[in-house]
Amino acid sequence: MKQYSLNIGMVLSAILVLTAAHLGWIDNYIQIVLMAVGINIIMAASLNLINGNMGEFTCGHAGFMCVGAYVSSLISVYLFGSKFGDPQLPIGAVFIAFPIILLIGGAVAAVSSLLVSVPSFKTRDDYLAIISLAVNYMIISLLENMDTIITFIASKYAKLFNLPDPGNIEIIGGSRGFQGMKDTVWAMIDVFDGPWMLFWVILVAGFTVWIIRRFIGSTYGKGVNAICQDEVAAEIMSVNTNKVKIINFMVAAGLAGCAGGLYAHVYGYVNPQSFGILKSTEAMVMVYLGGMGSLSGAVISAILFTALLEILRSQAIIDFLLSPATFLFPDWEPSAGVVKWVVIPLMLVIVMQFRPEGIMGNRELSDVFPKLKKFYRFK
Amino acid sequence: MDPKQPTPDNSPVLEIRGMTQRFGGLKAVSGFNVSLMPNQLTGLIGPNGAGKTTVFNLSSGFYQPTEGAIFVNGQPTAGLKPHKVTSMGIARTFQNIRLWNDMTVLDNIRVAQHYWLKYGFFSSVFRTRSYKEREAQITKEAEELLDVFDLRQFADETPKNLPYGTQRKLEIARALSTHPKLLMLDEPAAGLNSADVLELIRLIRWIHDNFDVSIWMIEHHMDVVMELCSQIKVIDFGETIAEGTPDEVRTHPAVITAYLGDDTI
Repeated sequence: MKQYSLNIGMVLSAILVLTAAHLGWIDNYIQIVLMAVGINIIMAASLNLINGNMGEFTCGHAGFMCVGAYVSSLISVYLFGSKFGDPQLPIGAVFIAFPIILLIGGAVAAVSSLLVSVPSFKTRDDYLAIISLAVNYMIISLLENMDTIITFIASKYAKLFNLPDPGNIEIIGGSRGFQGMKDTVWAMIDVFDGPWMLFWVILVAGFTVWIIRRFIGSTYGKGVNAICQDEVAAEIMSVNTNKVKIINFMVAAGLAGCAGGLYAHVYGYVNPQSFGILKSTEAMVMVYLGGMGSLSGAVISAILFTALLEILRSQAIIDFLLSPATFLFPDWEPSAGVVKWVVIPLMLVIVMQFRPEGIMGNRELSDVFPKLKKFYRFK
Repeated sequence: MDPKQPTPDNSPVLEIRGMTQRFGGLKAVSGFNVSLMPNQLTGLIGPNGAGKTTVFNLSSGFYQPTEGAIFVNGQPTAGLKPHKVTSMGIARTFQNIRLWNDMTVLDNIRVAQHYWLKYGFFSSVFRTRSYKEREAQITKEAEELLDVFDLRQFADETPKNLPYGTQRKLEIARALSTHPKLLMLDEPAAGLNSADVLELIRLIRWIHDNFDVSIWMIEHHMDVVMELCSQIKVIDFGETIAEGTPDEVRTHPAVITAYLGDDTI
């Protein structure tokens, strides 16, 4: 009983948060922040699988998030939205369909991770980082130009079979972004009025931590750690390193894809540019802040980091923090958007300088506080 | 005899025929032949840079030979990845110890059992019955192995905190946990003091007596090789220069020339 107390506690607090949101005790802003925390937990924990546990260095994680976001948005709008004609499914089906939509987005993102995992057989470190960065840019620019590509193929096809020219086809809207996913959320709210997206985010974040902990805890998943510590020894000691790498990349990218699907439905709007290098960097900062290879570190740093981002978004706090500087330089008007991107890299520099192993190192919470082992086995 | 086919009675655990390895213009190994029978203790010696470790790297599938064929238990290993070759029954240790230093000693042994993990990612996440059975089996085997190697008290330590001799022992235990038919030891006595070397000799002899395994070792400590091995092969500049029993090799003129130099100036 005692060893399940942490699980029970987490479930109870999730129910508490959802009830509070449902009854309106916490306002929409706090709910949005909580959802951002959840999405960032998924991103940090899944990137930690690659950069922490496997010791590869990839910095294009937002690319997979982008794939998941677009795939699940397209399906969701097709099934429940009015953008591509009438909704295909009755709104009652949304509670079964939505998790499946998220999973499909994750699955497509997992397949797209082959673009990075196959080169990772031969390269490591800086070279893999460059490849992953390139993949991130490729995905973004593919989505930005998707409509043009589809138009081109359709007109060629029409010409080939003497059909009338279809003209400009606009499905995903290129760099202007894609929207309409809110219809799915409205469908949920029509059936039962509640904080549905918060529920899904909490569910998927919990699911992510659960999957990763179980995968890494198994002998199969420990092969990932073996690759990190000595790849040659792993291969010689019968670990199928290529397969383990593919699986590990797929799990990480698939979870990032689910995070993307949630992101798209929380904000109701996606744009290829929002999954650029800045988003990837955010995920990386969370991983390095939390500690490489520490799942609880990734979760803790995702919470801290998102909270910090929200604090830095407030112009009042920025003005207060920088009042000595603005006193000296009265002409300078610091804006929240700029200061954020000074503080985050600075934080990374400071962490790397004074605590290169991150907040938790590669330890879990139970290693830092051994008494917790009574309540929960972290490893 | 067709060089692409293994010998018909397929008794040798490892058979290498006419193996040549070139690195660019350098011929690291040329025309290497060996046939290792079960439960044999064989030595591979030679001066520095003779190509001994290259022979091991080729045998374990880490490199693919430029020419020649390798058979493990009568099966050709051409084109196979090292992890496949290991699961066919070859295990090796490394000249410089390559343990997974941030994993516990028990996990070091357990991860080396990947070759017979029959479950995949989904079983590991949903903890299916096949997962539980296999994990229990693996843990049991690993603990038994630690017991017979007298390493049980270190099970929860990380290898980097162990003394050097114990790390060597653990690496050999890890190699044995893959149930090999042939154990290849690459300079097991390197970096050990004389007391540790005596213990290593005892350990290797004990492994040879108690496990159903053939041992092939590279070693620079001549006393270890001469004491343990029944057959010794000497190579220099990639060429086999002598082979035979320890006494034959010790007095072989080519070996003396390779180690001590020529008397012509």
